[in-house]
Amino acid sequence: MSAMTDTGHADAHHGPAKGLMRWVLTTNHKDIGSMYLWFSFFMFLAGGFMAMVIRAELFEPGMQIVEPEFYNQMLTMHGLIMVFGAVMPAFTGLANWMIPMMVGAPDMALPRMNNWSFWILPFAFALMMSTLFMEGGGPNFGWTAYAPLSTDYGPKSTTFFIFAIHMMGISSIMGAINIIATILNLRAPGMTLMKMPLFVWTWLITAYLLIAVMPVLAGAVTMMLMDIHFGTSFFNAGGGGDPVLYQHVFWFFGHPEVYIMILPAFGIVSAIIPAFARKPLFGYTSMVYATASIAFLSFIVWAHHMFTVGIPVTGELFFMYATMLIAVPTGVKVFNWITTMFRGAMTFETPMLFSLAFVVLFTLGGFSGLMLAIAPADFQYHDTYFVVAHFHYVLVSGAVFAIIAGVYYWLPKWTGHMYDETLAKTHFWLSFIGMNLTFFPMHFLGLAGMPRRIPDYALQFTDFNMIASAGGFLFGTTQLLFLFVVIKCVICGKKAAAKPWEGADGLEWSVPSPAPYHTFSTPPDVK
Amino acid sequence: MAFSFLRSKLLSEDSIFRREGKTGSAARMALVAVAMFGFGFLLVPIYDVMCKAIGINGKTDPNPYKVVEAKVDTSRKIKIQFIATNNAAMSWEFGPTVKEIEVHPGEVGSLSFYARNPTGKRMTAQAIPSVTPFKGTDFLHKTECFCFTTQTLDAGEEIDMPLKIIIDQDLPKYIKKLTLSYTLFDVTDM
Repeated sequence: MSAMTDTGHADAHHGPAKGLMRWVLTTNHKDIGSMYLWFSFFMFLAGGFMAMVIRAELFEPGMQIVEPEFYNQMLTMHGLIMVFGAVMPAFTGLANWMIPMMVGAPDMALPRMNNWSFWILPFAFALMMSTLFMEGGGPNFGWTAYAPLSTDYGPKSTTFFIFAIHMMGISSIMGAINIIATILNLRAPGMTLMKMPLFVWTWLITAYLLIAVMPVLAGAVTMMLMDIHFGTSFFNAGGGGDPVLYQHVFWFFGHPEVYIMILPAFGIVSAIIPAFARKPLFGYTSMVYATASIAFLSFIVWAHHMFTVGIPVTGELFFMYATMLIAVPTGVKVFNWITTMFRGAMTFETPMLFSLAFVVLFTLGGFSGLMLAIAPADFQYHDTYFVVAHFHYVLVSGAVFAIIAGVYYWLPKWTGHMYDETLAKTHFWLSFIGMNLTFFPMHFLGLAGMPRRIPDYALQFTDFNMIASAGGFLFGTTQLLFLFVVIKCVICGKKAAAKPWEGADGLEWSVPSPAPYHTFSTPPDVK
Repeated sequence: MAFSFLRSKLLSEDSIFRREGKTGSAARMALVAVAMFGFGFLLVPIYDVMCKAIGINGKTDPNPYKVVEAKVDTSRKIKIQFIATNNAAMSWEFGPTVKEIEVHPGEVGSLSFYARNPTGKRMTAQAIPSVTPFKGTDFLHKTECFCFTTQTLDAGEEIDMPLKIIIDQDLPKYIKKLTLSYTLFDVTDM
C-alpha cells in the first residue's frame, strides 16, 4: 500500500523549483513562511531606520536635522511599517512555517491563496512608501490617521495611503482565513483542539480577530476616501458628520489590533518556556480560556484610547473597568509562565533569554497600561511620552522579543543549522539594554509632561531624551547583528539534530532538520 | 452548567468548529469579513443614535423648536454665553453681537450674530452649534437660528443673523450657565 502511494504520488516528493520563479509561484507553506519572515525583517529595518531619524532629531532640543513636516512623515511611516509591515507579517510567517507542522498537516489549507496573501504585501508597501517621494510628501498624521488631519489637512498622497491600507487588509484577511481553514480542517487524526500547541490556539483566536476587525479598518479608510473625493461628510462636522466618529471606528479596529500583535507572542513563549524549564506548560486549559477572554474583552474597551474626547462619565467608567478586567486573564498567563518555570531544570539559551525578558518587560508594559486605563489619570498621561513608553514596552519587548525568541527557537528546524550561541546571546543582551535605555526614560518624560509626536521639546527634557536616543541607536544597530547571526546560521552553522532542544515538545520536532520541503504527506499518529 | 454547555459546543467533535471542509470554512470566514466591512459603515448610524440617546456631543436639535406653553419661571435666571469659532481656513468675520444674555426659563432670548465675507468671491457657510454642559443640551431650544440653513454671502457682503432661544423650564436646577458655541464651516461647492 505504501509502495503504491509512493509511486502514485512520486511528483509530490519533488524538491523546490529552481530560480526566481520558485519564489513567485510557490504554494509551499515553508517557502511562503520564509518570504514573510524576510519581508518583515526588511520592513523592521526600514521602520527602524525611520525611528533612528526620529531619535536623532530628538537627541537635542531645537530643530536639528529634519524639517517638522518630514519628522511627521517619519513618525507616521515608522508606526505604519512596524505594525503592518514588521510585526503582523512576522507572525503570519511563523504561522505559515509552524502551524501545518504543529498540527500534522501537509501544507496550508489554501496554498494558492497563501501565495497571493504574501505577494500583495510588497506591492502594498511599495505603494505606501512611494508616497514619501510624492509632491506634498507622505502621510504625516500619525498611524492612527485621525480625521480631519487626514481628510481636510492631509497631503495629496493620502489616497495612495488609503489604497495601501486596503491592500494590507486584504492580505491579512486572506492570511487569517487560510490559518482558520488549516487549523479547523487539516489537523492530524487524534489532534483534538485541546491537544493543539498554544501557538496554534493563539493564532486561531488571532485569525478570528483579524477577520472581525480588518474589514472595519477598511471601512474607516473607505469613508475617509469618500470624504476626500466624493463630497461625503462622514467625518466633517460642516456637513453633519463628526470627526470623533472616526476615532470610534478606528479604535474599534485598533484595540483588537493590539491583541492581534500580542496573542501569537503569548503562543511563542508558551512553547519556549516549557522547553527550557523542562516541564510541561502549567495550566494549559486556563491559557486557552485566558486567550479567548482577552480576545472577547478587546472588543469592548476601545474608547480608553479616547478618554479625553468628551465621553460621558458613565462611559469613561465602563471603559475603564472593562480595560482593567483584561489584567485578569493576562495575569493568569503570567502566573502560568512563572509557575511553569518554578522548580524547573532551567537553562538559558537565547530563545529562553528573550522569552524571560518578554515575561518581565511585557508585564511592565502591562502595568503602565493599567495606569493609563485609569480614566482620571489618563487626562494627564494622554498623548504624552508615557503612552509611547507603554506601547513600546508591549510591542518591542513584547511582540518583537517574542518573534526573535521564536526565530532562534525554530531556526535549527528551518535551516538545519545551529546559530552561534555566543553571538546570539550578545544580540540578546545588547537588545535588552538598548531597549530599556530607549524606552524606560520615556516614562519619566511622559509623566513630566513631554507631548508625543512633536519634533522639539523644552530644555528640561534634554537629559532623558539623550539617554533614549543613545539607547535607540544601540538597539537599532544591534539588529544588524541579528541579521548577521541569521545569515551565519544559514550559511555555515553547525549541523542541527531533529530535536536540538532537549525539553522541546511537539510534532515539528519529529521531522528531520532542516524540515523537508514536504512534511506530513501522510498524517502522523497523534496520541 | 453553562460553562460545560459552552465547552461541548466549542470543543467536542460535533462542535461549531466541526470539519466542514476547507472551502466551507474559507467561504464562511469570507462572509464574516464582508459582513464586518458592512458593520464598519453601520457604526455611523449607531454612533448618531447613541449620541442622541445618551445626550453626548452637545449636538442640538437641527429643527426649529415649537413653543408649547409660555409659562415663564421667574424664580431663576440662566446666563447664556456665546462663542463663535471659525473652522480653519474659513475667512469670514463671524461673532455674536453680545457675549452673553440672561433669561428666565421659558422666556424668549433674542440676539444676533454678525457675519461678513471679506473675500472676493461668493461663499456659502454652515454654522454647527454645540452646547456645554452636555446635560443642558436638551433644554436649550432655538426657535430661530441661522444654523438651520446654510448662509450664502457675496463678496464683501455682511449680514446680521437673528437667533431666538428659549430655555426649557425643566432645566435642572444645578445648571446656572449654558454656553452655546458655533463653529463656522466653509461649505462652498459642497
